[in-house]
Amino acid sequence: MQHGKYRFIIGFLIIPVAIYAMFVIWPFVQSIFYSFTNWTGLSPDFKMVGFANFAKLLDDDVFWKSLTHSLVFLLVLPLVTISLALFFAFMINVGGRHRRGAAVTGVRGSGFYKIVYFFPQVLSISIVALLFQFGYNPNSGALNAALDGVGLGALKSDWLGDPDLALWCVMAVLVWCTVGFFVVLFSAGMASIPKDFYEAALLDGANRITTFFRITLPLLWDTVQSGWVYMGILALGPESFAVVQIMTVGPSGGGPDYSTTVLPLYVYVKAFRDGQAAYATTIGVALLVVALAFSAIVLRLGRRERLEF
Amino acid sequence: MGSTNVSRRDLIRRTAAAGLFAVPAVGALTSCASGGGDDDKVAKGKKTAKNPLAVNEKAKLEFYVFNGGFGIGYAKHAKQAYEKQFPKASVALKATEKIQSTLQPRFNGGTPPDLIDNSGAEQMDMGVLVGKKQLTDLTPLMNAPSYDDPKKKVKDTLRPGVLEMGRFNGDPVWVMYYAYTVYGVWYSQTQLDKLDAEYPKTWDDMLALCAKAKKKGIAGWTYAGKHPYYIPFSLYPFFAKIGGREVLDAIDNLEPDAWKHPAVKAGLEAYYELYKKGYILKGTPGLDHIQSQTAWNEGKALFIPNGSWVENESKKTTPKNFEMRVAAPSGLDSSDKMPFGTLWASGGEPYIVPAKAKNPEGGMEQLRIMLGKESSANFIKQVSSLTSFDGATEGLDLPPGLDSAVKALDKAGKNIVNPRIQDWYVELQKEKIGVSCFGEMMAGRITPAETIKRAQKFTDEARKDDSITHYKH
Repeated sequence: MQHGKYRFIIGFLIIPVAIYAMFVIWPFVQSIFYSFTNWTGLSPDFKMVGFANFAKLLDDDVFWKSLTHSLVFLLVLPLVTISLALFFAFMINVGGRHRRGAAVTGVRGSGFYKIVYFFPQVLSISIVALLFQFGYNPNSGALNAALDGVGLGALKSDWLGDPDLALWCVMAVLVWCTVGFFVVLFSAGMASIPKDFYEAALLDGANRITTFFRITLPLLWDTVQSGWVYMGILALGPESFAVVQIMTVGPSGGGPDYSTTVLPLYVYVKAFRDGQAAYATTIGVALLVVALAFSAIVLRLGRRERLEF
Repeated sequence: MGSTNVSRRDLIRRTAAAGLFAVPAVGALTSCASGGGDDDKVAKGKKTAKNPLAVNEKAKLEFYVFNGGFGIGYAKHAKQAYEKQFPKASVALKATEKIQSTLQPRFNGGTPPDLIDNSGAEQMDMGVLVGKKQLTDLTPLMNAPSYDDPKKKVKDTLRPGVLEMGRFNGDPVWVMYYAYTVYGVWYSQTQLDKLDAEYPKTWDDMLALCAKAKKKGIAGWTYAGKHPYYIPFSLYPFFAKIGGREVLDAIDNLEPDAWKHPAVKAGLEAYYELYKKGYILKGTPGLDHIQSQTAWNEGKALFIPNGSWVENESKKTTPKNFEMRVAAPSGLDSSDKMPFGTLWASGGEPYIVPAKAKNPEGGMEQLRIMLGKESSANFIKQVSSLTSFDGATEGLDLPPGLDSAVKALDKAGKNIVNPRIQDWYVELQKEKIGVSCFGEMMAGRITPAETIKRAQKFTDEARKDDSITHYKH
């Protein structure tokens, strides 16, 4: 049945691929073209300026800061979110005490936790950002009030107003609102791991930590990898833009003192505030390079032999 | 499935990886790519005494208003006045909060509307619009007879500085600022009365009053910590008062030693003292404009640098007996170059008529109507803010804050300053100097000396950056 297989696949894919080419690939080609012009975004005339925008990019402190922060997002967010989600999912599905009749179960009330973790996923990112903005309010916010309440008043801080903390505050919000999705995703993955694997391991005297690293994680690897890619999209994409733009200090976010600016925000600011659309597309091209490098690395690292079960 | 070809899992995995391509925001940018555009304008009408701009009486007018703090009620009122004057014409009044997203594609396509209130967070960069010849010169409007008094030209009925603000390079007037904003130090008379104090005229008095308030657990100052470019609303006129107008002109002109002026140093050190002595409301660097105004309304702090929109904006949180006031900045000492009362006041709500508008005369006529007494009075009543039309306040029952703003303007007389850095170099003023210099200094993270060094560095960079259009006083 090999004959005609590709034609068959192409027959199904032609429409989505055409749409993808028109609305994704073509804009990319266009934006790479515009990065060599001096287009303002406010009038239809522009001329070619060669590599001037790229030269400017190399000298631009704010660009380098944005790039650094985006890379931090790219490293820290997936790591923290996925580790947390794996831990929660494991506790919910496998980590409970042994009970009669079942060798592996979740902790007590695991069904309830599963729903609770998923809640933030229902809220739109802008609402989440606004809510946390209130929470971080140094004067009347929940966070400082809570610290006061438990006698840790000395730890009170300006949060988003403090350049040393602001970036972490923003990342915490992204972790909070995405971890639930991965708990559900990983739970589904864990549910498909045959129970007898665990039973065999337990009979051999393996403890919870060993079962996690020797059984759960290897069998879940594919799902973890997709999760990693998805978190990468989130770290470089609209979500990171939204939280920074809504929550942080400054006329269009990114402060204090550029301590939270990220690449997508800088693209937006240059294009829509400063009337430098061509320069913005140049930054966009840099963002594209980062995204490509990231996906290449993820695919390379993830290349492992797959277990069929 | 076989192991050699594309398996379902591989397909999904590769698709997920390919999805990364879709990430960056670049794609969104080019969707507003450039296009041609036709340039057919409506025929001009007949020039008469009642129709000095020769508006085509039947032509449609498309009018975009920014739906922000001032709402759109005043624009509706103005539209009705236009339609009353030209019964055969119709005005398509459209309101949006997103000026740029809505109108940028139309500028690129060469079919912009006839009149735009280019305001709000999504304001289109005026310098770029002027540089790219996208705007109509409003000089005919300025030289037309005013709406109420045909003997006076429109330009002679405006408040000080408004006409100049519309200019960028040379004589043409590209922008008509409709609202008129008074900036300064805002406070509650009731609160000062409780402390048995008057508004301090010198900095020593200011510090003394803050010390007194601190003993009662009230902070001296707060400000929009997340938008620290509110600080200049009182700090810039303070610079001018200490060292004269030239100080601000040098800053606007991006001069290489603009920030090294002794008046700048003295002003910054005075403000830094507020931080050092603990007179700033705790947590202020993390508050946004609404949160800081609310704290101020609740009596947690005495003073806040702000603009005259604050009265309307904080209406809901202002106690009834608050007695809102605005004052010019306190002076430093008796060696100040300008008298007490020196005030920052300037135009807001920038109205533009695009160069490629189909009915530019109609756009200008609509502005002429709005700059009449009746429309202005209506605006003042509806949104409690002044318009650029000098007058129309007589006989109106003004709310306390606006009333004090009018008095402050009277007291200032000719001593009104208008730093242009705010509209000439938005990024430099708001983000670089506002957030990264003043914001950091008032939070106590850098000293005045470092602030000066940073601000000068940003200024030098802006001067050398040829992708920015430069202007001079």
